[in-house]
Amino acid sequence: MGGFLEYLALNWDHVVELAIGHAVVVSISLAIDIAIGVSLGVLVFNRERAANVALAITSTFLTIPSFALFGLFIPIFGLGYLPAVAALVMYGLLPILRNTIAGLRSVDPAVAESAQGMGMNARQRLLRIELPLAWPVIIAGVRVSTMLLMGIAAIAAIVGGPGLGEDIFSGLARVGSVTALDLVLGGILGIVVLALIFDTFFNVLGKLTTSRGIRD
Amino acid sequence: MTTRQGASAKVAGGVPRFLRYLGMPLFLGVVCLALYLYVSTKPLDSIEKRILTANFLFARVIEHIQLAAVSTVIVVVLAVTTGILLTRPGTRRVTPLIIGLANIGQAVPSIGLLVLFAITWDFGFWPAIVALVAYSFLSILRNTMVGLQQVDRSTIEAARGMGMTKTAVLFRIELPLAVPIILAGIRTALIINVGTATLAAFVDAGGLGTVIDRGIRLGRDSVLIVGSVLTGVLALSIDWLAGVAEEILRPRGL
Repeated sequence: MGGFLEYLALNWDHVVELAIGHAVVVSISLAIDIAIGVSLGVLVFNRERAANVALAITSTFLTIPSFALFGLFIPIFGLGYLPAVAALVMYGLLPILRNTIAGLRSVDPAVAESAQGMGMNARQRLLRIELPLAWPVIIAGVRVSTMLLMGIAAIAAIVGGPGLGEDIFSGLARVGSVTALDLVLGGILGIVVLALIFDTFFNVLGKLTTSRGIRD
Repeated sequence: MTTRQGASAKVAGGVPRFLRYLGMPLFLGVVCLALYLYVSTKPLDSIEKRILTANFLFARVIEHIQLAAVSTVIVVVLAVTTGILLTRPGTRRVTPLIIGLANIGQAVPSIGLLVLFAITWDFGFWPAIVALVAYSFLSILRNTMVGLQQVDRSTIEAARGMGMTKTAVLFRIELPLAVPIILAGIRTALIINVGTATLAAFVDAGGLGTVIDRGIRLGRDSVLIVGSVLTGVLALSIDWLAGVAEEILRPRGL
């Protein structure tokens, strides 16, 4: 363990640089996932059929092994950020979409009706009543997606995506040398630490942005 | 006209479920056919010809299934047993801890675990199996524990009141009621393991990842596409089979 700490101290800048790349690629994908997942959820939540189709398709994405999806995107997007983000977006959709639908459906119809009775139109009702009430559930979905994407992003190194996966593959390429284990451990622990930071961030964000009336 | 409408209404009620079962195999069949046509109409160079043979690909599929099946059997036995032990009255307090740990555990990169076992232990089949089991363990454990917790406490108390022993309650009430969740756990384990087994190629344990990896290394899109599509088709077929099995095996009365 002493050797590993020494390695970390010596290569701190390198590890941090990869961690930033990892965080950036996950953040971009998550942002796209939230945009698509929440809007799709809003569109389908009160249409049973459409909701089922959307959920079935996004869960099919999650069934496709990530290495295969990254591989398929190379001929289309080449190497780099693009295939990594494209695949990560597909993997992060289901938890956010599922929770958006569940959250919106859990809104008491009486509350929605009284909003209507107060003269709100559908759009106002959605933005001021339904989405704020569903928000804690949506954020919970975002946290699940974050955990998922953190781990899968490590595989993106194969398609030239940035991130800590690079060190895991460098470690593999240097099997037998002293630094191999340090590189791999640095990659794994870096990802776990990053995941904890993101999770704490969304936890706090969720608490702060939850409407005061429904905070627990 | 009326009869046709009547018939179609009847169909609309019964078909979606039926279609759900047939839709996926049909889709996968079309994908395989398209893949076959793509490869057979494309002029292949000597490298592509060496990899894209039925024998080579079939051997990789078998390796892949072996990796996924063995790791799933092991992880289900281990995780379901641990789940039962951890939901007993004396140990129930650890449940939130395990569930929290399982959430974070998802962030541990599967490729990291495979490489870690390979460089600290060995390359090949068994270290890969241990890595697959370690990776999927927490998810399956969480599923089992959540499932067992969902069994209504009043049902258990009623059974105890009827004079059943704790063991009898576990085997005759709790476990049968938790079967759907355990089945879902097996399916989840299978899907996770089929996916992770794709990465076993990096630690010399074979599987379809080998084909994808060669496609990338050799810069042959045809090999890459065949490897990726076959992997996707295999994963979706296994998921479909598991879904059908889940439907059939679910205890009646639930």
